[in-house]
Amino acid sequence: MSKFLKSDGARTVMASLLSILIGLAAGGVIILLVGLSNPDLSIKSIWEGIRLACFGLFSTGRNAAGNLSFGFNPTSIGNLLFRATPLIMTGLSVALAYKTGLFNIGAPGQYLMGTMTTLFIALSIPSSSANPAFAELMGTTGAATPAWLVWVLAFLGGMIAGAVWGAIPGMLKALLNINEVLACIMTNWIAANLVTWAFDSSMLKNSIENSKLGYIYKTSFNGVETAKLGLDKVFPGSQVNAGILVAIAFAVLVYILMNKTTLGYELKACGANRFAARYAGIRDKRNIVLSMALAGGLAGVGGSLYYLAGNTEFFWSTYQSLPAVGFNGIPVALLAASNPIAVIFSGAFLSMLDICGQQLTALTGYNEYITDVIIAVIVYLSAFALLMKTLLGGRAKKAAAAPSEPAKAEAGKEKVAQ
Amino acid sequence: MEQTQPYVIEMLHITKEFPGIKANDDITLQLRKGEIHALLGENGAGKSTLMSVLFGLYQPDQGVIKKDGQEVKINNPNDATALHIGMVHQHFKLIEVFTVLDNIILGAEDTKAGFLSKKAARKKVSELSERYGLKVDLDAKVEDITVGMQQRVEILKMLYRDNEVLIFDEPTAVLTPQEIDELMKIMKGLAAEGKSILFITHKLNEIMAVSDRVSVLRKGRYIGTVDTAATTQQELSRMMVGRDVQLVVEKEEPHPTDAVMKVNNLHVRSKLYHHDAVKGVSFDVRAGEIVCIAGIDGNGQSELVSAITGLEKASEGTVTLMGKDITHASIRARSAAGMSHIPEDRHKHGLVLDYTLEQNMVLQRYFEPEFQNLGFIKFGAVRDYAEKLIDQFDVRSGQGPVTIARSMSGGNQQKAIIAREIDRGLPLIIACQPTRGLDVGAIEYIHKQLVNLRDAGKAVLLVSLELDEVMNLSDRILVMYEGEIVGELDPKKTTVEELGLYMAGAKRQGKEATA
Repeated sequence: MSKFLKSDGARTVMASLLSILIGLAAGGVIILLVGLSNPDLSIKSIWEGIRLACFGLFSTGRNAAGNLSFGFNPTSIGNLLFRATPLIMTGLSVALAYKTGLFNIGAPGQYLMGTMTTLFIALSIPSSSANPAFAELMGTTGAATPAWLVWVLAFLGGMIAGAVWGAIPGMLKALLNINEVLACIMTNWIAANLVTWAFDSSMLKNSIENSKLGYIYKTSFNGVETAKLGLDKVFPGSQVNAGILVAIAFAVLVYILMNKTTLGYELKACGANRFAARYAGIRDKRNIVLSMALAGGLAGVGGSLYYLAGNTEFFWSTYQSLPAVGFNGIPVALLAASNPIAVIFSGAFLSMLDICGQQLTALTGYNEYITDVIIAVIVYLSAFALLMKTLLGGRAKKAAAAPSEPAKAEAGKEKVAQ
Repeated sequence: MEQTQPYVIEMLHITKEFPGIKANDDITLQLRKGEIHALLGENGAGKSTLMSVLFGLYQPDQGVIKKDGQEVKINNPNDATALHIGMVHQHFKLIEVFTVLDNIILGAEDTKAGFLSKKAARKKVSELSERYGLKVDLDAKVEDITVGMQQRVEILKMLYRDNEVLIFDEPTAVLTPQEIDELMKIMKGLAAEGKSILFITHKLNEIMAVSDRVSVLRKGRYIGTVDTAATTQQELSRMMVGRDVQLVVEKEEPHPTDAVMKVNNLHVRSKLYHHDAVKGVSFDVRAGEIVCIAGIDGNGQSELVSAITGLEKASEGTVTLMGKDITHASIRARSAAGMSHIPEDRHKHGLVLDYTLEQNMVLQRYFEPEFQNLGFIKFGAVRDYAEKLIDQFDVRSGQGPVTIARSMSGGNQQKAIIAREIDRGLPLIIACQPTRGLDVGAIEYIHKQLVNLRDAGKAVLLVSLELDEVMNLSDRILVMYEGEIVGELDPKKTTVEELGLYMAGAKRQGKEATA
């Protein structure tokens, strides 16, 4: 057991789980405090709130006696997968950049650019299966392009737009040595304003459903939506579609790229030691740009998959905030310790908290912001995941830093001296 | 006379165990008042652990420390300071943008009503500087002074705090030969004034020159303490390594053939200053010879090598390798044309420290068909190749091919780089300070490898700051001074003194010599 705990991988997992547990505990405390200070909430509802915050995914509403009931809830699980899709993509984006020594805080901007490009392509190329009202309004009745082709073009467009948006800070870093974090923050806001402007002056504002002010058409108006591949049968009543499969495939691809290929070897070498990489004849500047472009492309795919779902609407009006799903890629990547496969699970976990929040709102006097607090605590703690890893390691870490044979004592010293 | 002096520090039966290994196993070290006591051992013999125990960074598992005969407990470096134990670290702990005086008083400042009062401090430092012959410019900024002067600042820092026991951790590693001589004089002066000095090193000639007694550690164990006057370099190296070591490289006459590399009128701009660091250097390196570029650090050697290897751009001139102009070629193209390079800084350039040993072993070759197929790395081939090199070059590490490079000892890191570069079998190998910071065993090994390469008909360009290495290893010496080659010497027909004169710029061939 102690040997197991000393292994690096085990400690990483433990650190992440600990972050999650403390996050949930903090959420519980807040539910308790809110409950105690609010006369409308009884002790019973406090207990219900805590249970829902932790196990909301398995909530099946209330039974005849008015008590919470739990069990397998396919709708919630389907929705979890649906919401996890963009989180996994932005998580992969941050994780890939991090593995190559770059901090991609530009995922929100890349996600937005992917979203915008995807929506423009998906809605502007008239498809043969478009909604008649939409086609008439656009003057494209009788168009012949098959919907799947539009989907593919929109998807690729989103990916490329994200990649371009990621490559910009990459180039600034490689050529002018401008810190990628600063450049990313700026490209984020440029993206936010660019997207707002582009949609404002476009024809794509939803004017068919009059109740929807400030929304862009769903892609399903043009008949372009991601196939369900039977997932809607497995998880009836949920929004799930095949996008989650695409995201999982991307996670596997990133894993293979980073761990099995010469390109991954080069990218990681540049991240770990740019000078040694250059000494070995690796083109470090090209690789920095490439890392950021790949990361941007992944975030772009996140936006693309989310809005190609067909049931999602983009709210463009007075776009003053950056999409949280972009920033949430950071905790997703941190909780996963930047392992692409683990990103699938940490992405699903964050999306689970969303579902819990919905159940909380639906079934108790609490609202979903409680789960935002839980997410926030976990975000903070996951940033400390490294520290926790060290704390968990404790003795084990000292042993690792210290020599494992006499010859190591001096090596340790060199490390300190550096 | 020293025999009668009492012990100022006694470390008795110190044992310090880390999980899995004993870094110090029953070590006893007794330092007399007013002596220079050398602590000798290979990389990883446990010298640093022992000094960390003395300095309060580690607590010993067993054993006691006595100061002036009284048992003391040193829990942290502050305790050590309170006992007047001071240390000059190998890498100086100075604030570059502060003046010398500010650095010396930092942490022990006098204040008057909350304001700094440097007057008394200045007087005390000036006196100390005078008394021990430690020439420093108190008002110069540390970033502007030489490495030698920075070291004197570190020594003054210890003296300012009235330290009685001075620990020097490999103090000569960063110094030029002239500065080393000066340091030796200073150390002797300090000892004569009653300070006790612990001198950590693995350079035998320095021990012979300056120390009174030597304690030797090997693999965490105490081997013995001898009087310097009663021992020889051979005996010390045997105690340190555990076998006889060849201190002088044995080699046959060179048989140089055609020029492998030609450097013609090369100019390189300095990164730091607005002048040329290399000013019109021309030379050839032929197959089957070791050409050594000698010189005091900072005379353009690093820039010259950077320009030859492609790490930096040459501003003028040409470099030809195997008849091919590579002046503006990429690093990979140079490598493909037949150049391998053992870099000066093994941590910055030589290794990706967070990569495993096997990943580092293919750093120059991962893209070759032998190690990849359609962009996918052949892990089996990489493992086999790494194991072959580890075996062949005796690279020691905790977990073999999957050891993280960072956790390896400096000597084995260097061995790994040398294995990687030598095994490529390219016609030219450029070795920059390949033995810096290594112990005699490792140095002997690396020298042998370079001579073997030469005998196999490879061209070797060696850059070294060590006079012994230059004299021993090279077939031809090119001396660099202020960016120019001021002399070409035959090591068999020249003396260390003459070489020193060229290195210091006091003598030069060419214009002056013929005029």
